[in-house]
Amino acid sequence: MNYFTLDGLEVPFEEGDTLMSAARREGHYVPHLCWHPRLGQSGACRVCTVKVNGRLAAACTTRASADQMVENRTTELDAKRRLLLQMLFVEGNHFCPGCEKSGDCLLQATAYEMGMTGPRFEEFYPDRPLDASHPDTWIDFDRCILCKLCVRASTEIDHKNVFAIGGHGIDTHLVVDSPSGKLVDSRFSADDFAAGVCPVGAILPKRRGFVIPIHERRFDRAPVAEESWLENDASTRESTDDTGGHDEGA
Amino acid sequence: MMTTIRMQPTDSGSDSERQIVELVVKRYDSRKDALVQILREVQAETHWLSRKVLHLVAAAVGLTPARVEGVASFYHFFHLQPVGRYHFLWSDNVIDRMLGSRMLARELCRLLHIVPGKPRQAAPASLDFTSCTGLGDQGPAVLLNQHQVLTRLDELRVVEIAELVHARVPIEEWPGEWQRVDDQLRRPDVLLASPAAQGEALRATLARGAEATLDEIVISRLRGRGGAGFSTATKWRACLHSPCPAHGGRVVVCNADEGEPGTFKDRVLLTRQADAVFEGMTVAARVIGATEGLVYLRGEYRYMLETLQSVLEQRRRDQLLGRQILGVDGFNFDLDIHVGAGAYVCGEESALIESLEGKRGTPRIRPPFPVERGYLDRPTVVNNVETFCAVTRIAQRGGAWWSAIGTAQSSGTKIHSVSGDCARPGIYEYPFGVSIAQILEDCGANSGAHHAQAVQVGGPSGLCLATDEFERCIGFEDVPTAGAFMVFDETRDMFETARGFAHFFAHESCGFCTPCRVGTELVVRRMDKLAKGHGSIFDETELRELESLLHGTTHCGLGATATNPLRDTLARFRPAYEQRLKSPTFTPGFDLDAELAAARRVTGRDDADAHLVWQE
Amino acid sequence: MRAPDPAAQKPVAPDNAASKPRIATVSLAGCFGCHMSLLDIDERLFTLFDIVEFDRSPLTDIKHCAACDVGLIEGGLCNAENVHVLREFRARCKVVVAVGACAINGGLPAQRNALDIGQILLDVYQHRPGLATGSSVPNDPELPLPLARVHAIHDVVHIDHFLPGCPPSADAIWAFLTTLLADGAPKLGRENLHYD
Repeated sequence: MNYFTLDGLEVPFEEGDTLMSAARREGHYVPHLCWHPRLGQSGACRVCTVKVNGRLAAACTTRASADQMVENRTTELDAKRRLLLQMLFVEGNHFCPGCEKSGDCLLQATAYEMGMTGPRFEEFYPDRPLDASHPDTWIDFDRCILCKLCVRASTEIDHKNVFAIGGHGIDTHLVVDSPSGKLVDSRFSADDFAAGVCPVGAILPKRRGFVIPIHERRFDRAPVAEESWLENDASTRESTDDTGGHDEGA
Repeated sequence: MMTTIRMQPTDSGSDSERQIVELVVKRYDSRKDALVQILREVQAETHWLSRKVLHLVAAAVGLTPARVEGVASFYHFFHLQPVGRYHFLWSDNVIDRMLGSRMLARELCRLLHIVPGKPRQAAPASLDFTSCTGLGDQGPAVLLNQHQVLTRLDELRVVEIAELVHARVPIEEWPGEWQRVDDQLRRPDVLLASPAAQGEALRATLARGAEATLDEIVISRLRGRGGAGFSTATKWRACLHSPCPAHGGRVVVCNADEGEPGTFKDRVLLTRQADAVFEGMTVAARVIGATEGLVYLRGEYRYMLETLQSVLEQRRRDQLLGRQILGVDGFNFDLDIHVGAGAYVCGEESALIESLEGKRGTPRIRPPFPVERGYLDRPTVVNNVETFCAVTRIAQRGGAWWSAIGTAQSSGTKIHSVSGDCARPGIYEYPFGVSIAQILEDCGANSGAHHAQAVQVGGPSGLCLATDEFERCIGFEDVPTAGAFMVFDETRDMFETARGFAHFFAHESCGFCTPCRVGTELVVRRMDKLAKGHGSIFDETELRELESLLHGTTHCGLGATATNPLRDTLARFRPAYEQRLKSPTFTPGFDLDAELAAARRVTGRDDADAHLVWQE
Repeated sequence: MRAPDPAAQKPVAPDNAASKPRIATVSLAGCFGCHMSLLDIDERLFTLFDIVEFDRSPLTDIKHCAACDVGLIEGGLCNAENVHVLREFRARCKVVVAVGACAINGGLPAQRNALDIGQILLDVYQHRPGLATGSSVPNDPELPLPLARVHAIHDVVHIDHFLPGCPPSADAIWAFLTTLLADGAPKLGRENLHYD
C-alpha cells in the first residue's frame, strides 16, 4: 500500500486516486465545495487548496503519489480558504436568514469551519432573476456558486445535459437547457441526481423548505469537518470517468 | 463607390438563417468539435447569433442548445445581441491608449451617435473595446467585423470612417491603405533573415531520419517560445511515447493565438515566414509520426487566413504537404487552420485544445498533459509559431549551430515585439542574452523626446522592469519573455498601466475558478477606485492580499499572473500609488451621492440633506 | 476581518483606566431584533452594566454618541440618515462592530436591491390605486432619502469586527462582548457562529 501524509498522518491511496478521494475515504476532512465522490473532477472552487511538498495545489485534482507531504488545515491555508469563501459570498446574494438551505448548506458550513464572521469585500448585489417555473423545483441563481455539480450530475449520472455554463469572467452563469431557458421546459425531473446535488440553496425542492426547523439541521448538529459528508454513498470511489477538465460532458 | 452595403436578409424569416446554418454545418460534416468554426462562419453571414440561430446550430450538430449557448457566450467575438453591420472592435491595450485610441473612439461614437458596448437598434454601426489586436507598433488599431483591420487611426481617418458608414459603403470598398499592415522588421537575425522554407528542412529530416532529427532538437537545446520555455525535445519525446487511442493518431498543433498584449511577432512570422512555420510543423509530424496538424490562428488575425491558406495550397502542390510528402511513401501530413474567436485564455495550450474541440476555452486539469491526451484525446504536441520556425532552421542547419547562439540556458534567438514610447517600434530578433538597455537603444527609446522609465517584458503576465534593471538580460535564466516589449517613458503613469492590465485580466478571465473570476474583478474595482481618487491605506492591504491569493490558488496561469503588473508596479513605482493610497480613512468604492439620485428625481428635492459626500 | 487596525490589537479600555469602557449601540436599517437579543442576555445585563457604560443607544435615549470604546451597529444602510449615523459612530468609536445579518450584508432590506427605488416610491406614493388625487412622493427635507441599494455597513466605513446571526443569540453577544472587553480579540466559539 502506498501512502502520502496529510497534516502528518499517513493516508493510504490506490492507483488513480486524487488527494481528495483518498483523504475522504479515510474519513479526513479536506474543505471543498465543488467536489463530489460520484462525479468527475472539476477544480473550480479552489477551497480544497492544500500545500503539496510546499506548493499550492487543489486536492481534488492532484493525483496522489507516495512522495507527497500534504499540508491541509494550517492557519495559512484556512486563511486563503476564508478569502475564497468571502469572494463567493459577495459575488452572489447570500442571505442566510431567508434561505431554506441554511444549516444544510455546504458553503455556510465551510465558512463556519473557517471561522468566517463577515464578508470582508464589498457586496456585488448582482441582479439574477429566479426560475420558479418547474412544479417541483426552483432555482435561485442568487445563490449559485458555479461549482457545476448540477452540470456534471445531469451529464454523467442523469444523462440529460439539463445544465450548462455560459458567459465568461464575472458574467459566468448557469444555463438551463430548454427552448425557453426555463427549467419547466427542460428534461429535468425532481428525481434526478442533479436535483439533490446542489451544495448551496440554488437548486431546491419546493414545499420542503422548513420541514426541519432552523438551528436543528445537519450542520447545526455537527460541524462539516466532523460529519461524514459523503451522504450519498460513502463507499463509492470517485468517478473513474476521467473527463478531467472537459467538464461539460459530451 | 457609393453603393449600398450588401445586407444579408437575416431579418426576413428563418428560412435564410436555416440555409446559412445548413450550408456551414455541412461544410464541417456536422462535426461537434468544429462548433467554434461553425459559429464563426454562421455569424459572418448573420452578423449576430440569435437564440434561434443557436438552436438551429445545436440541432444540426447534435448538441444541446444550452451547450451551444455556453460556447457562444464564452468567446468575445460572438454576439448574442444584434450589433451594427459595421462593428468596430477598438484595440484597448495600454499602447493603443497611449497613441490616443480612447479619444478617437469617443470621437467616432460622437459622429455615429452610438455608445460603446451598447449597440443601438437599427444603427448601422456599433463599437466596443477589445484586448490588444496585435498591432501595437502601428496603432491605434481597430478590428472591423472580426475580419478586417484598420491601422494608424487618427482624427482625420475617424471622420472619413464615419462618412463611409453614413453612406453605407461596403467595407470591401474602403481604401486599402487603411488596412495596410507593415511588418516593421527592424532587426532580423537567423529566423527572420532566412529565405522562405521550400522543403530544405524536410529533405534534411528525411535524410537524417526521425530519431536523429529529434536528437538534433535535443542538441539545439530549443525551448518553447510561448513563454514557459519547456524543452521542445522533451515535449516531442513524451508525445512520441504516449500510446494513441483507436480513433486517431498523434497531432501537431501550432499555437498562433498570440493574445499577450503587446505581442505581434507571430503576426510578422506568419506574414514573412509562413512556410517555415508549416515546415516546422511537418518536421514535428515526421518526428512524432503525426498525420494531422492544426494551426490555431487568433481571431484577430482572421485577415491573414486566405493568404495562409494559399501558402498551404502551394505547399501541397510542391509536395511539401499532403500525401507522400517529397514522394516518400507513408509520409502523409496535412493541416487545417482553426480561427479563434477572441479569448486570451485559449493561448494556454489545454484551453486551446478545448477550443479546437469546439468547447469553451477552459483550461484542463493536468495531468494528463496534451502530449498524453490532447486534441480529441490523442497525444498532441502544441508549440508556438516561433518554436516551429526555429525547428525548421534547426532541422536544416543542425542542433549544434542553434545551440551555439544565445546563452547557457537559452539557446538561439528570440523575437521581440517592440512598441510604446520609442522612435522605431517593430520587430527585433536578437540572440538570447541581449540586455534590455541594448534593445532600448536600438529602438530609440532613449533618444530625443523619449526616456524610458519602465519596460513591460513578456506582456502583462511578464515582468515590469525599472531603469535600475535595464542591464538585465533576456533569457530564461534572467528575464524570460514571450515576446512583448512595451516601453514607457517618464511621462507615463505606471499606476494607469497596471490598471489597464488589471482590466485586461478581468476581461479575459474564463470564469471557471473562484480566485480568478472574483479576484480579478475585486482588483479592478480597487484600481478604479484609486484612479478616481478614493483610495485609502485599506485598499493597499486588500490589493496585497488578493495578489498573494491569486498566486497559487488559481486553476491556470492566467489567474496566477493576473496580478503581476500590480505586484511589479507596487514594488518599483511606489510613488504612483502613494498619492492614491494616502487616505488613512476607509473610503467607499461607490458614489453614495449617485445612489440618492433616483430618490431626488422622484421627490424633486435638491436640498443639502438630499446629498451625501463620498468621503467625510 | 479587515486590514489590521491598531484598536483591534489591544484590550478595549478607556484612556482613563479608572472609568468604564463606553459602548454605543444603534439600529440602522434593521428590525431591532439584534437589540432584543442583547436584552436576552437576561441577568447578565447587570454584570454588563457593572463593567461598561452605555452611551448613545435605544437603551439610554442619548441622541449622539460621545467618544466611545465600542460601537455596535445593527442594520444596514438604506438611506442618507443611516450613512450619517454610521459615520458618526465610526468617527467616535474606537472599535466598530457590525452586528447581525443586515449590518453584515444588507440582510432582508437588501432584497429590494434589484428593484428601482425611484419606481418603488412612485408606485407606492403616486400610482397606487386608492390614493387621493394629486398624491405625490413625500418631499419633506426632514425625511431621509433612500439609497438606490441597501448596503452592508462595511461597504461605507471600516468595520473592525463582525458578529453574525439573525439575530446573533444572546450567548453569542455575551461571548463576543466579554472577550472583546477582556483582550480586544472577540471570540465567538463555533457553537455561537451562525449566519441565520
